[in-house]
Amino acid sequence: MLKFAVRRLLLLVPILLGLSILVFLFVRALPGGPETALLGERLTPERAAAVRAAYGLDRPVHEQYVSYMGKVARFDLGVSIQTQRPVSEEIGRRFPATVELATMAMLFALVVGIPLGFVAGRRPGSWIDNASTVGSLLGIAIPVFALGFLLKYLFAVRLGWLPTDGRQDVTLTTEHPTGFFVLDGVLTGDLPAAWDALKHLVLPAIALGTIPLAIITRITRAAVQETINEDFVRTAEAKGMTKSIVTRRHILRNAMLPVVTIVGLQTGLLLSGAILTETVFAFGGMGSFMASALFSRDFPVIQGGILFLAVVFVVVNLIVDISYGFIDPRVRAS
Amino acid sequence: MSAAAVPSPIPSTPAAGSGEEAAGGLYRDAFRRLRRSPTAIVGAVLVSAFVLIAVLAPWIAPYDPTAVDLTDIRPGVFPGPSAEHLLGLDQLGRDELSRIIYGARYSLLIGVVSLSLGAIVGLSLGLVAGAFGGWVDGLIMRLVDIMLAIPSLLLAIGVAALLGPRLISVMIAIAVVNVPIFARLLRGSMLAQRRSDYALAARSLGVSRSRVVLQHVFPNSLAPVIVQGTLALATAIIEAAGLAFLGLGSPDPAVPEWGRMLAETQSFLASAPLLALWPGLAIVLSVMGFYLLGEALREALDPKLRR
Repeated sequence: MLKFAVRRLLLLVPILLGLSILVFLFVRALPGGPETALLGERLTPERAAAVRAAYGLDRPVHEQYVSYMGKVARFDLGVSIQTQRPVSEEIGRRFPATVELATMAMLFALVVGIPLGFVAGRRPGSWIDNASTVGSLLGIAIPVFALGFLLKYLFAVRLGWLPTDGRQDVTLTTEHPTGFFVLDGVLTGDLPAAWDALKHLVLPAIALGTIPLAIITRITRAAVQETINEDFVRTAEAKGMTKSIVTRRHILRNAMLPVVTIVGLQTGLLLSGAILTETVFAFGGMGSFMASALFSRDFPVIQGGILFLAVVFVVVNLIVDISYGFIDPRVRAS
Repeated sequence: MSAAAVPSPIPSTPAAGSGEEAAGGLYRDAFRRLRRSPTAIVGAVLVSAFVLIAVLAPWIAPYDPTAVDLTDIRPGVFPGPSAEHLLGLDQLGRDELSRIIYGARYSLLIGVVSLSLGAIVGLSLGLVAGAFGGWVDGLIMRLVDIMLAIPSLLLAIGVAALLGPRLISVMIAIAVVNVPIFARLLRGSMLAQRRSDYALAARSLGVSRSRVVLQHVFPNSLAPVIVQGTLALATAIIEAAGLAFLGLGSPDPAVPEWGRMLAETQSFLASAPLLALWPGLAIVLSVMGFYLLGEALREALDPKLRR
């Protein structure tokens, strides 16, 4: 198991190195460099040259890369052109928002998807099965931003039950020791602030969680259907075990294996930034930050951000692979 | 299937035929089951309707989708459905139905071009990796891993930003996202097929390695690729809509593209919710069609489910 984990970790090194080269070259190939973003209409050849020199862009590319990677090794990702603050600080400010949103979205998908998929798999052809099939299909087919609009229009604009956008009411002045607004409210004893942050999470989490919800429901349904036809389930039933024990100990446990994989993969995807959801709800996480960096050619942010998100993504996938070994003894044995 | 795939040692019967025959058997069988599957029928009806509307747009659209007519337009109030304009007018007085009909063309074009580009590059990489193995396989798969480590929408935005605001940029951007998916899929499928009995049998009969790979393993590895191709058309429509929402796509605001039409309605959602409904419905129905067809194909082509 340890050997497997170490091997997988070592395999990540060339991937991340290759990725860093690719992103580095990509940023330099973008039309309209940082000088256009920074100077706008004041752009003259002399000023552009000065900006390029200030960011070290006048040096040979391989030299730039080596010096960049040297800094990355010391966790220095450079300074954002847009905000003039260190990229690592900007990521530190926005990543908690993404984590908070991803967690809520995944929670929503799990709490609704597993029971729904389970019931649908146990009773194929029933109305609940058909409803879940159509629902999952809709969940996949509706563009995330359209669903976001719809939710915002219905529950925020029309009914006024929930806030339209942002992470917290602007009139609230609260401290943020961790950057996770709900947790911050609880930690500082400011429960109304925590409640407010939680309310701000509901609609974006539903919009973002719909696709994982659809996938989890379908996977659970398929896994349950496959498991109830297995010999060990029939044996357990033949031994006279009660239905609830067979369900809990035999069907659910075995059906959960593929679900765990999917949950892990989807978590990785959610953490790598929900560009559309964050834009619709002005949520201020990594996704919308990265998109705006791309539009404004903020190359230190693009470089550092993609590298950071890729590390998160591959590490989450690694954790999924390793946890799979813990859950399924067969994987461990092989 | 494996028995049928063993090539005939008699030179007059082309060995290639047997590989295709096996594949043809699988596909014929799959088609038979598709015709009986309700999922496949609903999917096929939706997809055919979508393709027909796209192809016949100039003949069935009642008006010019780009003709602006502001006579009936007042700020925030647009005429709804009427006998002349079945789906009403949009914010510039253009006929919504004609725009939806022409929009199918753009969605189909984006889907087909991005799928073809992505599949050609991805399948070539997968074929080379699966056929050669060894360090070639290792190198290609690391490249695929790198591409998969970048969030797909971010990758698409990056490529679109690199190529400038044009419709073809969106197609290439979505194609790039498809490349690693197809490469990994075909390579995995080929590795599994290469170890199968019929490949071994062909090798033991003296068929050359390249011939086994190209004429036996490759056609038999295509089943998951066909399924993915159908699903990729669904994702292309969704991704193009997302890119249009972010302002990437054709710079011409007259282009009746569903994603852009949907994104544009956000500022007058309260006064004219129907204008958001039509492109939304068009996207949902076409995506559902491809998705249902893909799912039905997956079931029909899965040998484990053949009973």
